[in-house]
Amino acid sequence: MCRLFALTSRDPVSPMRAVDALNVMKEGHDGSGVGLFLSGLGGPWEELKEYPILSGIFTDAGLARMSEYMTRNGFQSKYSATFKPDVEPPVGTPKRGTYASIAFRIPDEWKGMTQAQVDSNLVQMRLDLRAMGEEKGDIMVFSFWPDTIMIKEVGDPLTIAGYLRLDREELYARHILAQGRQNTNYAINLYACHPFFLEGISTMTNGENTAFVPIREYLTSRGVTGYRGYQSDSEVFTHIAHYTTKRLGLDIRAYKHIITPMNDDEMRDHPDREFLADLKRSCRKLIIDGPNCVIGCLPDGSMFMAQDRKKFRPGVVGGNPELGIYGFSSEICGLNAAIPERDKTKDFQPMHLDTAIVGPDCREVQQCSQNDPLRLQL
Amino acid sequence: MLAERPVTPSTLSRKDLPWQIKWDINTCTKCGRCTSVCPVNAIELGVFRKRDVKPPMGLSAKPTAEFSTFYGIRQRTDPAYACIGCAMCNMVCPNNAIEPTRQYDSTTLQFQSNRGGQPRTRGGRRNNAESLLDQIKFIRISMLTDPALDAGRHEFDVRTLLGRVLSPEAEITCHRDHGWKPPVREIYPLVIGGMSFGALSPNMWEGLQMGVAYLNEEMNMPVRICTGEGGCPPRLLRSRFLKYVILQIASGYFGWDEIIHAIPEMKEDPCAIEIKYGQGAKPGDGGLLMWYKVNKLIAAIRGVPAGVSLPSPPTHQTKYSIEEAVAKMIQSMSMAWGFRVPVYPKISASSTSLAVLNNLVRNPYAAGLALDGEDGGTGAAYNVSMNHMGHPIASNLRDCYKALCVAGAQNEIPLIAGGGIGKHGNLAANAAALIMLGASMVQIGKYVMQAGAGCLGSEKDRCNVCNIGVCPKGITSQDPRLYRRLDPEKVAERVVDFYLSFDTELRKVIAPLGRSTSLPVGMSDALGISDKDAAERLDIKYVI
Ligand code: SF4
Ligand code: SF4
Repeated sequence: MCRLFALTSRDPVSPMRAVDALNVMKEGHDGSGVGLFLSGLGGPWEELKEYPILSGIFTDAGLARMSEYMTRNGFQSKYSATFKPDVEPPVGTPKRGTYASIAFRIPDEWKGMTQAQVDSNLVQMRLDLRAMGEEKGDIMVFSFWPDTIMIKEVGDPLTIAGYLRLDREELYARHILAQGRQNTNYAINLYACHPFFLEGISTMTNGENTAFVPIREYLTSRGVTGYRGYQSDSEVFTHIAHYTTKRLGLDIRAYKHIITPMNDDEMRDHPDREFLADLKRSCRKLIIDGPNCVIGCLPDGSMFMAQDRKKFRPGVVGGNPELGIYGFSSEICGLNAAIPERDKTKDFQPMHLDTAIVGPDCREVQQCSQNDPLRLQL
Repeated sequence: MLAERPVTPSTLSRKDLPWQIKWDINTCTKCGRCTSVCPVNAIELGVFRKRDVKPPMGLSAKPTAEFSTFYGIRQRTDPAYACIGCAMCNMVCPNNAIEPTRQYDSTTLQFQSNRGGQPRTRGGRRNNAESLLDQIKFIRISMLTDPALDAGRHEFDVRTLLGRVLSPEAEITCHRDHGWKPPVREIYPLVIGGMSFGALSPNMWEGLQMGVAYLNEEMNMPVRICTGEGGCPPRLLRSRFLKYVILQIASGYFGWDEIIHAIPEMKEDPCAIEIKYGQGAKPGDGGLLMWYKVNKLIAAIRGVPAGVSLPSPPTHQTKYSIEEAVAKMIQSMSMAWGFRVPVYPKISASSTSLAVLNNLVRNPYAAGLALDGEDGGTGAAYNVSMNHMGHPIASNLRDCYKALCVAGAQNEIPLIAGGGIGKHGNLAANAAALIMLGASMVQIGKYVMQAGAGCLGSEKDRCNVCNIGVCPKGITSQDPRLYRRLDPEKVAERVVDFYLSFDTELRKVIAPLGRSTSLPVGMSDALGISDKDAAERLDIKYVI
């Protein structure tokens, strides 16, 4: 089963801290892959917050095709952090070429566009590049978004970290999602590897999503450009989070009401009963059946953890407000390894109605229960 | 056969009959119960004469013949009185001295069952044992990453929605603007489909209503029952139990006066209104209640004279097209209850189902679409309609569901599927298969009669005399001497029994798939079938 570890910190930290945590939890996964989402980037990226960063893996031909495509669309590269391993890859990891994160300057013609248009165009460009790459096998793109880097590879997380030199300073970030293990429910494919990303929202999940097919059908019928791909049954969690926050305009506390609505008894005395009942009905197709622990990061840098209703997967959140660092882990041992300097009695293990949220200020774990009023949002 | 008996083209021998009576002279007590109970007078008391030749001892004396008479049971060979295999005779025989047996190689009667130029009419279902639904397997059993749930102990939410559900975006806008929300009912996904008061006996009806009320009020299962055409007893209309009832309006409008007049006195809204455009067993035909069953009570409820046949026209006479029907009928019915009651049409599954569905998707008042496959329906119809017309439900439902997915309306218009569910007793498996193919709920009729009241009808043309009011079990008869046989309390008990067992079985199907918090509507990845063409057509996995 996948192991999940996420860090959110006031100051940029090395992603190695998360990879080490994954390594501690190794007993529970087979070391078949690693995926990283980094945002709130530090180092050289601090100055480049406005520029969308393209992250992916390219062969030499792919790099050329990509830059030609970007130029054609009026994009100019501003800064790039590329890495081409010069040693043989570890056993089981294919030799792929250049791992690149390139910040681009948005063309002047885009200046008149609304934010929504810009966002949707960026998504479309990522999808175009992905499609180009799938044709020839020379390009893989995981994200194209400001202040966001994604890295995915097959192999044991720690070995891969050494191979890709993930301790580089240009990868320091404030918000890190890390997942150990390739997706194994479907064919091995880097696009199927967690975390998943869409327009600033990223989530990762362990377990299996039994409601995948109806949810996928529902999402793809919503007419949102980015709702496609679905190499993994868990990709829908990202898109539901996107749908909840961007399409419906609700905040992340409503997420759990959508994926795991309360039952009638629990809803009976709820102050927002009427709204919740309607929401449950109209979003019925998005109800997950788990078992899953979902950890995600939002565009503003807040991080959350939620469980499926049956709570078949553990999860724990803990950290140190003085140091301004919090960890979200699928196992306590992972959290202990990454943030030993914390008050363990304050660790929070969200139960079946809870969402744990840590804001970008990294000061406290907000414990939201579905029983709480939903102070909304409309 | 006597020498003087005429042998005409339609004369049959016992050998020609599909059902034959085996009667044992040695155990028969000659009580006569069998002949009195036979619904079609297929057997009669017979006087038989036997000649016994007595050869004397010795060579010279001549043999003598002695004649004796004895009494027994004679099976009539007149096609009009052919045995229907109901086995009521056996049920009443104290010694099991008599029973019908099926003779498979005889088809002669089929050529004779249209005397007077009248094609055969009957009740029952399509006499075809095939069932695609039975071939479907549930192949997605969670083993490792996703532990299977404990069907017996886990929390399950086996509910579904009947009514138009707004899209999430529209829902939020509506909530903010305090707009009108279409009514939605949260109900149990197994609905008792339309069987009219008139087709069913009062005892059967009462039994069903009691069973449904018990399930709702004691077992916490929001089961709903549809009335079928023919109206609703006035007392039920004015009772609190009306909320468990879906009122059906069909093309004959029978009983609707009564219902409309009762609106001001209704304590509760009905669960929904079903507008019947067609039914699976006789697509393109209206209802047919034959005169045998139109007694005073039925005549009063339907607002017609007693003793006349009541064929409903195949189409609603005030309607010109489905567009118009949708616009007018759905709207006026919604209006009659102040837009508080979901209104949806029921059609026979057919090649035009998609067209109807498309119309409904665009109609904000349409609350769903009921599709009735070729095996559905139990009322009287012509043999030819029942056996040879209609569309199988699985592919029709699948097409409709996929069309909804394309339109992005798969959570908005519930599809109600019926027709052949539980044909061979596999109620939960068939229902689960249809739900995973995209039905929000399923409806059953014949199964309720079979399981709830011991209906004898089978897929082998057994019994099937529902249309002429002689139902030997008293299920579809309006003759008090017959329906007295049916104890409403026992029917209610049986209905509760099979609903509870259905519930357990349904959980046993969905729990290993890892589903518990919502019904697996459209979870087609869980289905497999060993028929390649069927797999392709239904877009499910091909497994052998
Ligand atoms: S089986 Fe039914 S129809 Fe046949 S003789 Fe017996 S009672 Fe009559
Ligand atoms: S038992 Fe009654 S309802 Fe059943 S098939 Fe025979 S006549 Fe019809």
